[in-house]
Amino acid sequence: MQRLLAWFYARYPWQEFMNNHLSGYYAPRNFNFWYYFGSFSLLVLVSQIFTGIWLTMEYIPVSDGAFASVQHIMRDVRFGWLIRFMHTTGASAFFVVVYLHMYRGLIYGSYQKPRELLWLVGMLIYLVLLLEAFTGYVLPWGQMSFWAAEVITSFASAIPYIGKGIMVWLRGDYSVSGVTLHRFFALHVIFFPLLIVGIVFVHLVSLHKVGSNNPDGIEIKDHKKDGIPVDGIPFHPYYTVKDILGIVVFLFVFCTILFFAPKFGGLFLEPENYIPANPLQTPEHITPAWYMTPFYAILRAIPNKLLGVIAMAAAIAMMFILPWLDRSKVRSIRYKGTRSKIAITAFTICFIGLGYLGHEPVSPLYTFLARLFTAGYFAFFIFMPFYTATEKTHPVPERLTE
Amino acid sequence: MTTKDEVIDKERRCFIRRATAAVGGVGIVAASVPFISYWMPSADTEAASAPIKIDISTVQAGQQLTVPWRGQPIWFIRRTPEMLDTLPLLNSTLRDPNSDEPQQPSYARNIHRSIKPEMLVAIGICTHLGCVPTYRPDKGSISPAWLGGFYCPCHGSMYDLAGRVYSGVPAPLNLRIPRHMYVSETEIMIGQDSEGEGE
Repeated sequence: MQRLLAWFYARYPWQEFMNNHLSGYYAPRNFNFWYYFGSFSLLVLVSQIFTGIWLTMEYIPVSDGAFASVQHIMRDVRFGWLIRFMHTTGASAFFVVVYLHMYRGLIYGSYQKPRELLWLVGMLIYLVLLLEAFTGYVLPWGQMSFWAAEVITSFASAIPYIGKGIMVWLRGDYSVSGVTLHRFFALHVIFFPLLIVGIVFVHLVSLHKVGSNNPDGIEIKDHKKDGIPVDGIPFHPYYTVKDILGIVVFLFVFCTILFFAPKFGGLFLEPENYIPANPLQTPEHITPAWYMTPFYAILRAIPNKLLGVIAMAAAIAMMFILPWLDRSKVRSIRYKGTRSKIAITAFTICFIGLGYLGHEPVSPLYTFLARLFTAGYFAFFIFMPFYTATEKTHPVPERLTE
Repeated sequence: MTTKDEVIDKERRCFIRRATAAVGGVGIVAASVPFISYWMPSADTEAASAPIKIDISTVQAGQQLTVPWRGQPIWFIRRTPEMLDTLPLLNSTLRDPNSDEPQQPSYARNIHRSIKPEMLVAIGICTHLGCVPTYRPDKGSISPAWLGGFYCPCHGSMYDLAGRVYSGVPAPLNLRIPRHMYVSETEIMIGQDSEGEGE
């Protein structure tokens, strides 16, 4: 065995890799609750890939067979219901942990220099994840699936002159049809997952180049002894053990939802989607999946089609340029001034508010609120260079405080 | 001591690098054409979208007939004289009362947006985000001032009984009128007229 290992190590940099990225990779010693969500995201990604591959074995991506094949998985295939609910619950869990992971970056300034690229790569994952979720949402070919495909592909038609052509090109037909379903299947099971795995790899590579930020927003590499950050601890075993504990708790919550409330009151799986797709009848009340509702609310708040689509795209684009909007001297919310604290609180209210409104039917009051929250959402980003540069920040300690 | 042969000609090397990149770039662009074209509707999908002939003799006054064509609902609505009377009253509340936007063939660019005043032929797809509006002919059924028309359940866009969009709703344009022509008193050809084929 020893000789076999020696033979292997001479031919593959296994030990170097483990040392550089786990047992010899030093992370700040003060990671808190917020630092679980990166590893949860990885776990959910692996779960989605496995359950997804299993589902493709019984799913049929044609307009006449898709809806029935999902019911076949749910009723006839052994443990089909479990694999499918793991996949649908996993989709929502993915966005829960990714949103919390992003929010962590937001409050602790993890996007600031030198982690701008890390943030950008992460945002790219988020964007592809939205596309992955959307194409997956279409596959059961129920009413919500069909009309989500209809509404989202028609965003392209808002583009002047070439929009209609792009829409037909995206759909592969003059309207959303089985052709569209089949290509979304290909994108959902091959193209986007491959892309996500690739970008996640780049995300981790860029993380390990600059190292993790921490709740204090202090660079641990500034204080080294024998080349090792004094405020750092090796990722393995310290954080692998911490993350395993977190994963146990996460799986407990995940399984509780999976077994007792997989539809989550219509939020994770809508009742309307148990009706087969019908191109001639729009459901009375169309909503996207909960993780897209904030952007949908922004779209609806604007009474002009092209401007609505632009505002929705801009809402996501704002998050991309965040590293260049924050002009604060400090990273973490702990040491930022009152204005930043108010701004982040207001932003949180606006984002959750938009998420709620995007799920509700339109009414004059809700449209007004959606416009107010949309203004708040954009104000958070647009005024950031001013309030972060001018506010009085608290003194930042030399070393980690906990 | 270096001879002339050993000196690296940077300019020449740079030219070769750029030329290689340019030729390679052209190759990649050319190779992307089949991959992008693959996404356009295939020959059989296009064939399935050929014009169709619809018999409208069974449509009674005030009734709506919906026929799928190219996966879209094509509406045939035989409007009563009372319904037609509401059209001029609404002009001030509409975004495009005179059908200036190219949402219809020239023969439907009139107040009733149709060839024969009573028979409306329209594509029942909201110009906002592609939902199917509902036919609401009853007065006061959407709002107290409602004179009858089409209401989109998705985002609340409203159209009058000629498919003209109200102002102040998300939909930017009037409902589209497809190319069509009467082949007889009771039959309409959808997707074709004297000028050619298409929507």
